[in-house]
Amino acid sequence: MLEADGHEIAIMDVDKFAFDHLPPDFKGLKVLGDGTDQDTLRRAGAERADAFIAATRGDNRNALASQIAQHVFQIRRVGSVIFDPIREEVYHGLGLRTVNPTKLEAKLLRELIEQEEA
Amino acid sequence: MFIIVAGAGKVGYHLARALIADHEVLVIELDPARVDFVATELGTDVVMQGDACDAATMERAGMERADLVVATTGDDDDNLTFCQISKARFDVPRTVARINNPQNESLFRQLGIDSTVSATNLILGHIEQELPWRGLIPLMTLTGLNLEIVEVRVPNEARIVGRQVKQLLLPQGALLCLVISEGTPRLPTPDTTIHPDDILVAVTNIEAEESLRRALTESDAAPG
Repeated sequence: MLEADGHEIAIMDVDKFAFDHLPPDFKGLKVLGDGTDQDTLRRAGAERADAFIAATRGDNRNALASQIAQHVFQIRRVGSVIFDPIREEVYHGLGLRTVNPTKLEAKLLRELIEQEEA
Repeated sequence: MFIIVAGAGKVGYHLARALIADHEVLVIELDPARVDFVATELGTDVVMQGDACDAATMERAGMERADLVVATTGDDDDNLTFCQISKARFDVPRTVARINNPQNESLFRQLGIDSTVSATNLILGHIEQELPWRGLIPLMTLTGLNLEIVEVRVPNEARIVGRQVKQLLLPQGALLCLVISEGTPRLPTPDTTIHPDDILVAVTNIEAEESLRRALTESDAAPG
């Protein structure tokens, strides 16, 4: 989506098979490695990044990666997926921009049910 | 004190065992087998099964009345989250984190973790102290102040050799505290002369460390 918008993308994962899910015409940089490691982030170009997104399945990993992006690499736009609503509240309070899929899904499901009733 | 420890691995277990005589200690551990082990060795009231970063578990552990929490797991992300939630949600006065990836140590400090312990950095410090000369050796970090006490041995060719303390150009935020000449420590005065192989002890803020190293160790010929 972001690439289609015209942005230059670098994507990181510790699992090399994860890159198989990317569309075949993906032109960005694929970096095999740990997104919570400063050297690996540097390899992915974190020093010149305008935005950073942490979207692994692990809340704690996302929170650490985002805070490294924000405080070590001084990236201004940092977005983080945090599944646990309480953890999301804490990190939001600490100044991270967060998305909580749990709450979003609950909201969508509620809307779905309410539509059925109508 | 009431101390909550996250993680009952080797570090967490031995820490709890050492603290238990003088403090109330509770270890939170995810792995049931480790929980059983600690319960058998230290008592069932010392350990609790659960995710230490989960607020409900933290509440059950009595986080509100904890005086100190220590994160000892082998994962920095878990250690950071545990400490940050303890502080932000439960107002725990003091947080201590084990650092696994040494690059995370200064970030954790910056994020408000009160004390950090990195085995890798400690071992590196010891190795550096035993080598003849490797620039500044960090001796100690002053908690919460962004200050460090460092040691340096003056190289023969350093441009400060033969100069007096009042002639030294030290960076802002750095203070020379002690000059050890041939094993005798002296408080530096403006007239103290620096000799080769003197050991200097200085307090510096972390940002000034690199310029302090250059000021104290570089020769005139050195580039930059």
